Amino acid sequence: MHALALLSAGIAFVGAIMVITRRVAVHAVLYLVVTLLAVAMVLALLGAAFAAMLEIIIYAGAIMVLFVFVVMMLNSGQPDAAREGEWLRPRAWAGPGVLAGLLCGELLYAATPFSGHAWPLAPLTARDVGLGLFGHYVLMVELASFLLLAGLISALHIGRNRVEDR
Amino acid sequence: MPVLSLNESLLFTSMLFSVGLAGMLVRRNLVFMLMSLDVMLNASAVLFVAAGARWHDASGQVMFLMILALAAVETSVGLAIILCLHAQGRPTLDADTGNLLRG
Repeated sequence: MHALALLSAGIAFVGAIMVITRRVAVHAVLYLVVTLLAVAMVLALLGAAFAAMLEIIIYAGAIMVLFVFVVMMLNSGQPDAAREGEWLRPRAWAGPGVLAGLLCGELLYAATPFSGHAWPLAPLTARDVGLGLFGHYVLMVELASFLLLAGLISALHIGRNRVEDR
Repeated sequence: MPVLSLNESLLFTSMLFSVGLAGMLVRRNLVFMLMSLDVMLNASAVLFVAAGARWHDASGQVMFLMILALAAVETSVGLAIILCLHAQGRPTLDADTGNLLRG
């Protein structure tokens, strides 16, 4: 298990380096998805399965969809066919594919010991997190809702000004 | 005792944070700067969870949830600003060209 954690940490590190060195934004988004999946693997191996699932659903799902949308809208200068042909070359997705395949193999290898592996302490489940979240930290949840509301309003304001200018 | 010790987690998260910081300082494209910011936020969130696993406390994962909400807000507002700059006919996404706050 220790080697698995080190391997996924290494994959996350390599993916992060590839993110900041790519020239095309879509390639960087692909590597960022692999990095987030590897970070989720590290979280799962640390015993935080709930945090790992949230990382995959919110980060690798929702936030990356936002990034992909924005990148697609920004690159609208070239004709569509040439752009898609450029993105679908194997050189673009081979690196993230290899890293994601490594992560998938690691997951399949680690899935069997998870069932029979006896943790020395009971792992922190979603129940513990929920009890802490709505018991001791309930004020912070309210502050997070204020933050989300502020983000919603500011995004609405920025987008509305854009529409009115046209 | 979790799989990764706290020292290894500290090493990993500091390396990941340094990569994100380097990307933030080196790249001038706004999309890449936002991605580097996400990498840095991820590194700090993993450190919270690792500390929570070390002392077997659920507070680390509570902080992880807070950082997740913060990252979602930050990314959506940042991408809205990028789209706004792009819609104003700016030819490049260079962050240094957007230093005048005139809306």
